[in-house]
Amino acid sequence: MADPKSMYQEVILDHNRKPRNYGTLDHASHHAKGHNPLCGDHLSLALNLDGERITAIAFEGESCAICKASASMMTANVKGKTRQDAETLIQEFRDMATGQLDTGKQAHHLGRLTVFAGVRDLPTRVKCAILPWHTLHAALHSVADTSTESENDPMHAPIGDA
Amino acid sequence: MNMSQTAIEAAPESALTPQPATAFDVERVRADFPILGARPGGKPLIYLDNAASSQMPQQVIDRLVRYQMSQHANIHRAVHTLSEMATAEYEEARRKLARFINAREEREVIFTSGTTESINLAMHGYGRKFIGAGDEIILTTLEHHSNIVPWQMLAEEKGAKIRVAPIDDAGELLIDEYEKLFNEHTKLVGVAHVSNALGTVNPVKQMIAYAHARGVPVLVDGAQAVPHMKVDVQDLDCDFYAFSGHKLCGPTGIGVLYGKAALLERMQPFKGGGDMILSVTFEKTTYNVTPQKFEAGTPPIAAAIGLGAAVDYLSGIGLDAIAAHERALLDYATALLRGMPGVRIIGTAREKAAVLSFALEGVHPHDVGTLLNEDGVAVRTGHHCAQPVMQRFKVPATSRASFAFYNTMAEVDALAAGIRNVQKVFC
Repeated sequence: MADPKSMYQEVILDHNRKPRNYGTLDHASHHAKGHNPLCGDHLSLALNLDGERITAIAFEGESCAICKASASMMTANVKGKTRQDAETLIQEFRDMATGQLDTGKQAHHLGRLTVFAGVRDLPTRVKCAILPWHTLHAALHSVADTSTESENDPMHAPIGDA
Repeated sequence: MNMSQTAIEAAPESALTPQPATAFDVERVRADFPILGARPGGKPLIYLDNAASSQMPQQVIDRLVRYQMSQHANIHRAVHTLSEMATAEYEEARRKLARFINAREEREVIFTSGTTESINLAMHGYGRKFIGAGDEIILTTLEHHSNIVPWQMLAEEKGAKIRVAPIDDAGELLIDEYEKLFNEHTKLVGVAHVSNALGTVNPVKQMIAYAHARGVPVLVDGAQAVPHMKVDVQDLDCDFYAFSGHKLCGPTGIGVLYGKAALLERMQPFKGGGDMILSVTFEKTTYNVTPQKFEAGTPPIAAAIGLGAAVDYLSGIGLDAIAAHERALLDYATALLRGMPGVRIIGTAREKAAVLSFALEGVHPHDVGTLLNEDGVAVRTGHHCAQPVMQRFKVPATSRASFAFYNTMAEVDALAAGIRNVQKVFC
């Protein structure tokens, strides 16, 4: 089992202290609110799709360090990418966090997002890391509100399924 | 158990650690709890999550084993010896619980699955029969969700109204405001004896007297009180008192609803089934008397007997000695955390029991919990099923250390050291 303290390495703490793309977007084409009712984490995500490309993205909210850093790094990663690329990252991030993708052995496009791989060993924190991605998925699919606890949501990731 | 006269043994504690004010042999008590020697995650366990669930001493574990090995059968059912033995042990557990809270009669102790079911039983058995449209139920901001949601369900069903007594910035109930809520529509008061989120001890005796002067019965949620202080339901004069076994060094799946016999007799059953009836035909069923009227189906027999052993164990140590040791732990922890920059204690009532909720500046409670766990310190983080309390203090969640009599001053030091480590990570 990875040292859980590795979750709190400098890159994550830095994004927690100085989140990138933090704020709101005027005239966003897509937006969604994400909520984890189990811990109270919530965030709002807004983005602009120009054709198939994400040209602008911003988030704000109140959450733990893992969730906020995940949101910050997510926005930095998907800005400028196509919807299809973002969907791929969403799936890969979710698989990594729930232990279904071993980033050391399998091909992926996650880059530095692999700093979140250790969350798979913290079952109660998996949802913290996934919530921003869950919310991005909802925004791209024009679902205004999403929750880590909504069973019929395709991104629903029950605790312990890792 | 005889431990009251033994001086505390010298432990490798920091220079900051004061000697507890009580002559209480905590090391000897700890030896009764096998789990305190466990190393979850490879680290010594510093268990400060007792408000969520307490640990079980060997005496209770042994009692459960003895029951399962030599006394188990269904109760109240058969003429064979084993069934009679199980029935006798189950009813003996009821007697022990009645004595533990000083109930007038054994039949005033109803076994439930826990505090939540106890309150739901009162809601269905009393509330649904005696509370109607336009009636009012008084609760407090300090309530656990289990003493809010059942009453909201009732209010919705009947068209009744919930009124809430507020708290101040220390987490103390505003008694004047509580008293102002009463009117001719008030039909019930529900109040926590001790707040699970803040540790505030409510002046329930005074609150009950005020309600009774207006003919209003009172249900006390005692889940966080019975493990920490001597509770006397006759002295309090409460109408209902609810608590759980697993916070009391007993098993999960068992709890108690105490109710005054006269009230219980007037109530309707909550669950229908076997054991709660005297006779059944398809035309008419005649209910059994209390407490059987409220204990449909096969109860958790082993858990009830285990809880009986748990209250024997606690009584052997003495609730006064327990309260004194926990008071010393809480005072020491409060003083330590007060002296730490960036730490805010949430809940500073004058009367508190065994709970220390806190927030660290710039660090979310879930990060606090994960990092404390790294140091082997088990605390609870979250809203503690008391979201109205969180809203009152404008925090999404808190970290909560909660103590039991088997905790030590050295463990409080470990909590403080763990908090400093969290702050180092986030500085």
